[in-house]
Amino acid sequence: MKILVCITHVPDTTSKISFTDNNTKFDKNGVQFIIGPYDDYALARAVELKEQHSGTVTALNVGEAETEPTLRKALAIGADDAIRVNAFPSDAFFVATQIAKVAKEGNYDLIMMGRESIDFNGGIVHSLVGEMLALPSISPVMSLDIENGLAKMTREIEGGKEFLEVALPFVAGCQEPIAEWKIPNMRGIMASRTKPLEVVEPEKVEDGTSVKSFELPPPKGDVKIFESDKIDELVDELINKAKVI
Amino acid sequence: MSALVFVEIDEKEVKKSSLEAVSYGKSLGGDVLAICFGDLTASGIEKIGKAGANKLIQVKEEKLAVPNIMAYSTAIAETFDQNGCDTLVLAKSSLGDPVSARVAIKVGASVVPNVSGLPEGSGEMVVDRSIYTGKAVAKTLVKGAKKVLTIKKNTVPILEDGSAPEVVDFKPTLKDEDFKVKVTKTEKATGEVLLPEADIVVSGGRGMGGPEKWSMLEDLAKVLGAATGCSKPVSDMNWRPHHEHVGQTGIKVSPSLYIAVGISGAIQHLAGVNSSKYILVINKDPEAPFFKAADFGIVGDAFDIVPKLTEAIKAKKD
Repeated sequence: MKILVCITHVPDTTSKISFTDNNTKFDKNGVQFIIGPYDDYALARAVELKEQHSGTVTALNVGEAETEPTLRKALAIGADDAIRVNAFPSDAFFVATQIAKVAKEGNYDLIMMGRESIDFNGGIVHSLVGEMLALPSISPVMSLDIENGLAKMTREIEGGKEFLEVALPFVAGCQEPIAEWKIPNMRGIMASRTKPLEVVEPEKVEDGTSVKSFELPPPKGDVKIFESDKIDELVDELINKAKVI
Repeated sequence: MSALVFVEIDEKEVKKSSLEAVSYGKSLGGDVLAICFGDLTASGIEKIGKAGANKLIQVKEEKLAVPNIMAYSTAIAETFDQNGCDTLVLAKSSLGDPVSARVAIKVGASVVPNVSGLPEGSGEMVVDRSIYTGKAVAKTLVKGAKKVLTIKKNTVPILEDGSAPEVVDFKPTLKDEDFKVKVTKTEKATGEVLLPEADIVVSGGRGMGGPEKWSMLEDLAKVLGAATGCSKPVSDMNWRPHHEHVGQTGIKVSPSLYIAVGISGAIQHLAGVNSSKYILVINKDPEAPFFKAADFGIVGDAFDIVPKLTEAIKAKKD
């Protein structure tokens, strides 16, 4: 089984978000970059599926040279090889186009990624790729098992979950608890240094959107603390001033 | 100019977030067509009209009774093209997100997820898009003549001054490929307010002490018509189901009021709630970081405060 796992290179979840160049660029100063947490789940499950069914896991990132340490980490976790599409991931359509091209050329049985990136939170790349390749796409997938070419999954929906079946190939956007995150061991880290990492040039496409500028939300005012014996005052505030209940 | 709005139906009722999408469509200034799948109550049809739709396109095929992302996308794309629409508006949801992407490719539109504001100015379209789990906004230029926008909850109020819509039945041209994915079973909490749809959320953390203590939060939620949520440790320990987990890797909510009980306020939890209009924190630790992100707070024992709060609200509302 050939599995393609698409990973994002994103700021750590605890990063302070700020912008530079007149609010047109993300300020990378002092920010640590990681494999997107959802992509990490996808990668972990892909490595498990490879162990169960034999096959290969290819890690893919659309990004500039700075994302290579993140791809190496995916190799250390258990991917066999990696591909970097050498381009700034300008929007979901652009990224999906690149993934679809790699996926088509590589003829993968399963394309996995996180349910969304934690920087732009779009959560649509898997569906865009699915539609571009005329394949089903399922997200967010909470469990995924494969038997004789048939995948059985659970997908989270509002207030519950769906149980689904689909034949390979398809695209899965993953989230917990599909697998436990894998922490690379020393052997994996050593091996990752010599595993192949191919750099390919992007397919030229016009992106559908562009960011004109970034803005931070206005700072929050001070919290209004109510004494524990003044609950009536709090209720009054919620009903008459905030008008939320 | 005309907008098509995908309206989601849940147990024959129109979802509130979809009514927001209809009103968003209306505010774009042109005609508004709504499309829905399955049966809908008469009052649901009326609400869609009031929210701003001139016309409601109903697809009543038996085999589409269970939501089917690929078939719905095919039907919506067909409607979009047949009616010469330029913009598709959807509410962000587990159905809306994938449908938005698929329709965008089918009709050749630019797609923007997580839209958190109305377009600015005239001429080219620029919309606010919520990014970094609500910690920032990207002013996003949407290129091209056709656009697909997925709207975050609480972006616009629901309009109520529209008239009854014209209702037409529609039989889409579906393909076998649209039925590749089989939904074998759906497990869904019934009779509860759904977390992503809720206007008020009552959430509990590890400070609650155990799953048996949740009835207290459920009582509070009941008087408020609220949904219940929880922090990540709580769902990790299986005190509550995963679909109630609010935070960076769980559900992101944007209610009018978020009530956090016994949650310290780790940055990953705040990422899921920072789009709330108001936040009320109840915690016995005055140093809990959540107070810094809150609008209102009470320092004290939840087991003492929450029942009193429930009673006080009940008394005022009666």
